Amino acid sequence: MSNVPSDWEVVIGLEVHVQLRTRAKVFASSPWGFGQEPNEQVDPVVLGLPGTLPVVNREAVEKSILFGLVVGAEIPERCAWDRKNYFYPDNPKNYQLTQKDFPVVVGGQVEIELPGASRNVMGEHKFIRIHHAHLEEDVGKLSHAGSGSLVDYNRAGVPLLEIVTEPDLRSAAEAEAFLRSLVAMLTQAGVADCDMEKGQLRCDCNVSVRRRGAEKLGTRTETKNLNSISSVRDTVIYETARQIRELEAGRTITQETRGWNAELARGYVLRDKEDAHDYRYFPDPDIPTLKISRETVARLAKQVPENLYDRQRRYVEKLGLPYTAASVLVNDRALAEWFEAAVAAHPANPSGIANLVANDLLRDLAASAGAAGAFDESASAPVSLSSCPIKPAQLAGLVKLTDDGVISKQQAKEVFAEMFKTGKDAAAIVDAKGLRQNSDTGELEKIVREVIADPSVAKSIAEYRAGNEKAINALKGPIMKRTQGKANPGLIDQLLRKALG
Amino acid sequence: MADALHTLSAAELGRRLAAGTLTSRTLCEALLARYQAVNDKVGAFTHLDQADVLAQADASDARRQAGQGRGPLEGIPVAIKDNIAVKGQPLTCSSKMLAPLVSPYDSHVAERLRAAGAILYGRLNMDEFAMGSSTENSALRKTFNPWDLARIPGGSSGGSAAALAAGLVPLSLGSDTGGSIRQPASHCGVVGLKPTYGLISRFGLVAFASSLDQIGPMARSVEDCELLLNALASADARDMTCFGPSDRALTPAGDPRKFRIGIPKGFLGKGVAPEVAAAVNAAVEFYRAQGCAISEVELPSADLAVPTYYVVATAEASSNLGRYDGVRYGHRSSVAGTPVEMMTASRSEGFGPEVKRRILLGTFVLSAGYADAYYVRALRARAKIRAEYLVALAGVDVLLTPTVPTPAFKVGEKASDPLQLYLEDIFTIPANLAGLPAISVPCGKSGHLPVGFHLVGAPLSEAKLLAAGRLFEAAHGYAHQQAAL
Repeated sequence: MSNVPSDWEVVIGLEVHVQLRTRAKVFASSPWGFGQEPNEQVDPVVLGLPGTLPVVNREAVEKSILFGLVVGAEIPERCAWDRKNYFYPDNPKNYQLTQKDFPVVVGGQVEIELPGASRNVMGEHKFIRIHHAHLEEDVGKLSHAGSGSLVDYNRAGVPLLEIVTEPDLRSAAEAEAFLRSLVAMLTQAGVADCDMEKGQLRCDCNVSVRRRGAEKLGTRTETKNLNSISSVRDTVIYETARQIRELEAGRTITQETRGWNAELARGYVLRDKEDAHDYRYFPDPDIPTLKISRETVARLAKQVPENLYDRQRRYVEKLGLPYTAASVLVNDRALAEWFEAAVAAHPANPSGIANLVANDLLRDLAASAGAAGAFDESASAPVSLSSCPIKPAQLAGLVKLTDDGVISKQQAKEVFAEMFKTGKDAAAIVDAKGLRQNSDTGELEKIVREVIADPSVAKSIAEYRAGNEKAINALKGPIMKRTQGKANPGLIDQLLRKALG
Repeated sequence: MADALHTLSAAELGRRLAAGTLTSRTLCEALLARYQAVNDKVGAFTHLDQADVLAQADASDARRQAGQGRGPLEGIPVAIKDNIAVKGQPLTCSSKMLAPLVSPYDSHVAERLRAAGAILYGRLNMDEFAMGSSTENSALRKTFNPWDLARIPGGSSGGSAAALAAGLVPLSLGSDTGGSIRQPASHCGVVGLKPTYGLISRFGLVAFASSLDQIGPMARSVEDCELLLNALASADARDMTCFGPSDRALTPAGDPRKFRIGIPKGFLGKGVAPEVAAAVNAAVEFYRAQGCAISEVELPSADLAVPTYYVVATAEASSNLGRYDGVRYGHRSSVAGTPVEMMTASRSEGFGPEVKRRILLGTFVLSAGYADAYYVRALRARAKIRAEYLVALAGVDVLLTPTVPTPAFKVGEKASDPLQLYLEDIFTIPANLAGLPAISVPCGKSGHLPVGFHLVGAPLSEAKLLAAGRLFEAAHGYAHQQAAL
């Protein structure tokens, strides 16, 4: 972590650009996706051919509104698009359609959780305010090859939601926690996939420092186009140290736009304020102001999933889960819902279910994805429950068998492995393997009586009666032997104690 | 009588085609012969693929033979201004910048014309990117007024008007941003309608000023103009500013003899040539005699229209024309350097002087520090003008003025004085600023040069404008007029 001198405070605001999960581009019907040949995902509108016009993709607007509802924002009655004019070859129209004055989302807040003292301890929670989020179009990609330049417009027109925070973040750790929380919320609501390796989430990072207690914000710098959470963290650490060093040396901070070289782990100046573009914004005359009906908002509100941390609190407080298990489950909505389906089938022991899901199930899913994933780029993606061989009710059945004493916890591990391999019910596996415990009190009482009557164990009985608790275990071996290991260990313990008075 | 086919109206041609006394091939062969004879004198067309025209004509005749005719435009040629996309045909906007471009897609209106069975007949000259009032700004060729080959045909749809007046085609499409259909229609003695903003899809119309541009029909009679309008006006999901199916019902015309006609106060005094004023006043008296109620109306902000227009239109144009940079299509400079240097050189070489003037003006009025004083203020003036027109049109059915203050001027006469040229559109610009339908109808001559009057109506009142125009043309001899060439 960064070591910010205690008399300095860092102030961070983020602009997060997220590619929305839509079928078509934001103002054209052309589809988009990762890994296509260059300029395959274009049409006359995307290329800005003369005479073409933008048409707003309703799916992109609805995903934006859904994001707003997820963070508790105000959804305005109307939103509108403006043209941001600048010349660059990756920009097919030499203007970008964006929302300057009437964004689709205003306000809202994102709850974050800072790291605790250890993995098993929950850290501090904070709320980071969202200033607004606006829906715009992505640009293409320019690359240089030899003496020439190449441009690929597959990315041009991909819907991009720019989420702008208030300057509420106070450390690299908070910036990192914010982005993790934001990604979880966006993916859990189906708004975006946020795959940073595919460039689906990019960040501009505004950093300034001030003396602790000062009211006035320091001069900020903006580091653009950070494409991973670690780059944001590293940029904050680097920029904080640089600015403090400059100020402590009696120099001033220049308001400038910076870039980040992840390989060298250092920032550099892109352009200073004097070179700032004049984008000549004006309302796009091709797209009329869009009314957002309250019916649409109400319909989308029903799609908002339970908030990540509300769910975590519910798991800990209502279901009695340990924080460690709860925090693992809530990060993946599908996993959490899978868990809840299992709990619904066996409500008596959520912790027992949670432990199997968070440990055994995740481990085996990851292992099988890794085995299948040598040629599959989704291997690094979150585990896929769609291919999970065990159904929630089946896992609940396993936990119930354990809770009812039909099998031991040790046997449960063995049964789980078999379930994951075959997809069969726990009970069927227990029966097929003959694992069912003998819990017949009458039969076991008879065996207990016969075993303690055997003179060879008299010594152990005497020791037990003299106060040596452990001596009782010597009596259990013969009982197990006579029942081929199937006697319910809890029950024979109970019956032995009773018999020995 | 194939030699006279070029003089007939689209309606009459349609009747003959329907009756089987004429084939589209015969008609197109006659018009192609006419093209060979006179296009070099007039310069209306920039491109005409004769083999393609005849193939379309044969296909139309075959459809008709098979009983699959598509309506009143089946087999009838419609020539198209070179800023409206037709798949497989050049889309140059009469600019060096786009001279190499062939459109890979059809505009909405091209699709509509194909669906109506019309022959998509060649590309018509225009002022570069529709910027101008004389077609002198074309980078491809000069177009001359068929009534006087020493004079301009008007613009920017100069090719569309001249082609009609020269008998080269019975119907044409123009586009109108500040008068670009109506002013050349007036100068060439034909009918031109600029529809309500949003009635016809702009998908495939190369944008000049998006909030002002409309495609419109041009013809030698009001009846033909209406025929073409009916084929073009339909909803289109590809243009968000185009009315949807539920919002596009036209106001019924009613009896034009009962129309209340407003004459904007002071409009006939503004540098209007005496012959123009006389012809327009005669039209007013005609309507009065028919029973129309004539009244004077106040449009106090009318003087703001031209300056407002040149701020709004150039601002939008400076952005709309940003895409022409040599990267994806169009003219690319051979100047080597960085991509941005290549873009700069391509634009410097590809655009003509008037286009550059307007891009510079538009860039200026949107610049930080100036946008509030120019662009934002112009938007306020525009809203005021629109409000005044809507108030005036609540009290009358149509407003009547000259279309242009003076008849067609000589080629080169105003080329060095852009401000003087901008005043050509003084009567036509407000309809674009207010999004209103307007029509120019021939109403006489100033010497040998045609003069037209101009009607403006409330939104979606096209049927009223056409009814008033038909009433006038039925009683006068200006419909179907053609210049002797």
